[in-house]
Amino acid sequence: MGFPHTPHERESLVLSKHFGEQEAIGLDGWRKRGGYVALEKALRMEPAEIVQIVKDSGLRGRGGAGFPTGLKWSFMKPGDGKQHYLACNADESEPGTFKDREIMRWTPHALVEGCAIGAYAIGATVAYVYIRGEYTEAMEKMNAACKEAYAAGILGTNAMGTGKTVHVYVHKGAGAYICGEETAMMNSLEGRRGNPRIKPPFPAVSGLFGMPTTINNVETLAAVPHILNNGADWYKTFGRADNPKSTGTKLFSVCGNIAKPGNYEVALGFPFKDFLYDLCGGPLPGRQFKAIIPGGISVPIQTREEAENSPMDYEGFVANGTMLGSGGVIIIDDAQNLVKQIARAARFFAHESCAQCTQCREGTAWTTKILERIVAGDGTHEDLDTLLEIADNMTGKTICVLSDSCATPVVSGIQKFRPDFEALIKRKKVHMVPAQVA
Amino acid sequence: MADVKMVNLTIEGRGVSVPDGTSILEAAKLAGVLVPHYCYHPGLPVAGVCRMCLVEVEKAPKLAPSCATAVVEGQVVHVHSPKALEARKGVLEMLLINHPLDCPICDQAGECELQDYTYQEGRAEGRYRDPKRFNPVEDFGGDVMYVANRCILCTRCVRFMDDIAHDPVLAVVERGDRALIGKFEGEDLTHAWAGNVIDLCPVGALLSKDSLNKARAWELDRAASVCPNCSQGCNMIVETRDNQVMRLRPRPNADVNEFFMCDHGRLNYRWMNRADRVDTPMVRQNGVLARADWEVALRAAAALLGGKRAFVLASPNLSNEALFLLGKLVAKTGGAGAFRVNQGQEAPLPGVKDLALRADRAANVRGAELAGFTRSDAPLSGMMAGDVLIVADEELDGVDATDAARAGAVIVVGTTLPGWARHGANVVLPIANCVEEDGTFTNLRGRVQRFFQAKAAPGLARPSFFAIGDLLASVGDGAGYWTASQTFDALAAAHTEFAGMSYDTLALKGAPTAGAMTEASA
Repeated sequence: MGFPHTPHERESLVLSKHFGEQEAIGLDGWRKRGGYVALEKALRMEPAEIVQIVKDSGLRGRGGAGFPTGLKWSFMKPGDGKQHYLACNADESEPGTFKDREIMRWTPHALVEGCAIGAYAIGATVAYVYIRGEYTEAMEKMNAACKEAYAAGILGTNAMGTGKTVHVYVHKGAGAYICGEETAMMNSLEGRRGNPRIKPPFPAVSGLFGMPTTINNVETLAAVPHILNNGADWYKTFGRADNPKSTGTKLFSVCGNIAKPGNYEVALGFPFKDFLYDLCGGPLPGRQFKAIIPGGISVPIQTREEAENSPMDYEGFVANGTMLGSGGVIIIDDAQNLVKQIARAARFFAHESCAQCTQCREGTAWTTKILERIVAGDGTHEDLDTLLEIADNMTGKTICVLSDSCATPVVSGIQKFRPDFEALIKRKKVHMVPAQVA
Repeated sequence: MADVKMVNLTIEGRGVSVPDGTSILEAAKLAGVLVPHYCYHPGLPVAGVCRMCLVEVEKAPKLAPSCATAVVEGQVVHVHSPKALEARKGVLEMLLINHPLDCPICDQAGECELQDYTYQEGRAEGRYRDPKRFNPVEDFGGDVMYVANRCILCTRCVRFMDDIAHDPVLAVVERGDRALIGKFEGEDLTHAWAGNVIDLCPVGALLSKDSLNKARAWELDRAASVCPNCSQGCNMIVETRDNQVMRLRPRPNADVNEFFMCDHGRLNYRWMNRADRVDTPMVRQNGVLARADWEVALRAAAALLGGKRAFVLASPNLSNEALFLLGKLVAKTGGAGAFRVNQGQEAPLPGVKDLALRADRAANVRGAELAGFTRSDAPLSGMMAGDVLIVADEELDGVDATDAARAGAVIVVGTTLPGWARHGANVVLPIANCVEEDGTFTNLRGRVQRFFQAKAAPGLARPSFFAIGDLLASVGDGAGYWTASQTFDALAAAHTEFAGMSYDTLALKGAPTAGAMTEASA
């Protein structure tokens, strides 16, 4: 059963199979659906075997960067005598993304199981799940699931009777976008201000509390039990035949001006055109898609043509001028003022900048001021050049990519939809001048 | 040391070899190239947030923050390539968009890194057309004032208070361009070393209330010196204008004070400018002190000393040179010498090894001991009836005329005439204070450090070694002590602790006395 819509026949339900089933939330219901079989199996395997299976499956990070998960896990050197940590990134703060929320709301035990397997695979005895402050329901469900798992002996110092130690702790964030950046998240977990750290050192060398740490997204970890149960080859059957680099299924959160918004799970490589028009029901009556942001607000904006040509995987989106990102699909139709939408995105980044790096602290705010001025009818043609130059200064020069993320919709917006900007500038507001008083 | 791996790289076309793990920024310094930077400071942990020190590294995909990037063998670094210059120009423009550009009324002007680098690499004209952010000026307590509008959020002050002072009262508050430096509720910058945040601030955001609006940076004359306010011997710079000391600032010395100086030392300079100085030699005639020529006064002093024992009450703030000559005078006359030390609260700076505002509030306690003077709380107890009491710049607090009554005569060699000395002195020889002459101090760990003249002494006052040298000559020890350097050479020849030292070998950083090493490691 899908949620809230009835799943389309072309969806590939793996993670979202039990969305909407009340019974699946609890431990008993989850066990009936095959829960914790993979963990039991995993705890009796060598950690290196698990890492190898995940490597073979081709699973890549579902948080946005798409880094191969098995490779990331293999950076954690077993037997180095240090405490290892797994941190599950459930901050899901990327605007337009709400897939992890559904995983935690409906299948919290899937994440607990994924965390436990992941922790065991990287030699960690502790996994933290960092949930954004606004996700109160997900928080409750995760806390309840952990409690059940501890009570049932699934977690703890004798996990599933194997004598292995696996702890999963849930940590509540305070709702800062930047705390979804992995190093900022570690600072936040440690009780510090959520500022990103300079890399190197990378988390696998010195992460949480200065110890080797792996950070994985909720969706990534939730997929791991399925891979262990069904094998790497099964997972690889999801995907385009001509692109072995993107395998498995992916949840896409669809929002904006579209007939049927919601979460959809499809195999990677699914044609984006079919996805938009068949699965999601196409544009609202009498409208046309104008711009599509397929991976959360941080990725470049696509034109309709680019979107319709894209296969929905990491490489397919890159070939069509954007990125897969977090899979938060934002649809903007022809009834919208696109510049206003971009200005609103920039305002978000200006609000959320942690204020460490100069270009981000000042650049995001400056970009916002100029865009809002253009929207208000006070823009000039020079403003567009200035925006592009500011964006250039904000790209690739800071500690984390928040600054780049703010520049991305601006640059892609001006490059692909320049007439929209120019129309606003040409329609320049005429300031009323009071008549001369004699 | 021998097993430190050296890394060879090229910076701006110059080859340089540095220990493994060095940052590109520090390596560039060795190659003679200054990479502009704000948040980086060698005395603080690396933050890498200002993004000003971006440089181009060949074969690297992105510009590298040189403060946070370690050198790699064979690296080729371009500091002034078009790409790097363009990036830094962008940073400077962004730093200035919310900056009030109020240099004409800013104390930092002239020594402001934002000003310097903007002139050096910035855009001639800004493109920012929107309203600027505004925050009010805030009193941070202690000597520190915060002008938020000028702040570039380099966080040097936050890191100093957190990691060096271990008194975390500052933090970055708010986010985005609303961010500013904030003080935790109910806390103040009252740490004994908090004033260092003023020096660390690369712009005019943190200012000294003490020197606010007193002098422009370019009007000040500067001299290297050593802080005389406790026995730690922090290296400092004396800044003067019109023969007045305006400000004291720390001078880096990795072996003593790194980059820092305490508030007590920093703010305790007004006595250097005091107006009630003795500025002419004096001799008592018919019961009153009368002005006299140096020759007359020295003859009178020699007459008093003739055949008598000299008892020297010395100040532990006199230079090694002056104390050495006073010691010779004691030896010549078969007398004795003593000193006492003002006491205060000790206040360490936890982030730096062996650095504190010391309880001994005098610069040359160790030097006085090495010169053979006895430390005593009852300094006149060793004086015998009929001795000639030589008061060598002692403040005489708590020592009154009755204590000195056993003395046959009193000679004051000093900067002032304190207390009863005005009525009790037979001869007064005026000398310069420690910012008015050259000399050396020996700190509590036995490190000998030079200080240089920063201003002129008043009237006929002479450098202490010179005046005491003349006094010594007048009682028959005729060796000429014409310069501070010559006097120090004589000291080095006479005392094994100072063997082999000269002003040239001490230079600006000083050197430990023989036997000092074991003490320092203890």
